[in-house]
Amino acid sequence: MVAITQITLLALLAVSAIALLRIRNLFAVVMLGGIYSLVSAALFTSLDAVDVAFTEAAVGAGISTVLLLGTLALVGHEAKPRVRRPLLPLFVVMVTGGVLVYGTLDMPPFGDPANPAHHHVAPRYIEESPHEIGIPNMVTSVLASYRGYDTMGETTVIFTALVAVLLLIGMGPNPRQVSWKSRGSAEPGAGPEDREDEPTEEAHG
Amino acid sequence: MDDRIILRVGAKILIPYILLFALYVQFHGDYGPGGGFQAGVIFAAGFVLYALVYGLGNAKKVMPPAVVHTCGALGVMIFAGVGFVTMGLGGVFLDYGVLAHDPEHGQHYGILLVEFGVLVTVFGVMVSLFYAFAGRRRVET
Repeated sequence: MVAITQITLLALLAVSAIALLRIRNLFAVVMLGGIYSLVSAALFTSLDAVDVAFTEAAVGAGISTVLLLGTLALVGHEAKPRVRRPLLPLFVVMVTGGVLVYGTLDMPPFGDPANPAHHHVAPRYIEESPHEIGIPNMVTSVLASYRGYDTMGETTVIFTALVAVLLLIGMGPNPRQVSWKSRGSAEPGAGPEDREDEPTEEAHG
Repeated sequence: MDDRIILRVGAKILIPYILLFALYVQFHGDYGPGGGFQAGVIFAAGFVLYALVYGLGNAKKVMPPAVVHTCGALGVMIFAGVGFVTMGLGGVFLDYGVLAHDPEHGQHYGILLVEFGVLVTVFGVMVSLFYAFAGRRRVET
């Protein structure tokens, strides 16, 4: 039963990935991306990785979709038709995929208790964390305490993303991005604070 | 969106529960799935929904950009600050055991604090990113 569910979910993933590639309407692409994330969240849940599934559903299907829709509002929702036949990229992708599949042949069988991953630090976490950390969710113990340094790095990465986005697309509307035509005409969307920004921007430039 | 009354009333009903659910995910992270990352995103989703329904201007009045930018940095400072406090108390960086008499309680306090730091950063960054994208006008060509 579990196997049937997982195969169905994987097939759905493949179908939505192919649909993502074929569709030219970017609005549909963004929506399909959200569906892809939700299906992978379901797949993670069936693999008993509920914390990962939760993150995937919240970040992948939730916030990313909203941010991509915000981007579409800026760039329009129709992809340009492709003129060249991408034969070389197809070749590279096939070779890389083949090598990756070849690599999986050497991997230990999925879910086998004798796998190396279950004999490194995992037994210590499972045996010691109930009285060393004392909280029932072992994922939280590992994430926040045993691997607290990594989690601090991840938090810093998120903060760095904020800094990068603010530096790239700025703190709100940038008057210099608006072309002369729309700048001259009285635009209903331009609030008073947008106009106040202009002299300071020009003083910087 | 002034005329979409179903959307406005629906969002008004939903938003408090979204925020409450985020806090549940945050503080129940010790016992079930969840934690600072997920809670931060869900908390931010409440404000994103508000901005989508009631407009960006109103959302910026409720949650000013300066506040969310500060949140983005503050969370990392809380996380690293816990590390420095444990160093000051004689432990190593991020060794929460020294935070209380009983090392197990110390671990509890440490995990709560750093998860709160993660929540604050993720919330601040997600809302800031949304403001940054939604606050721009389309480039006319």
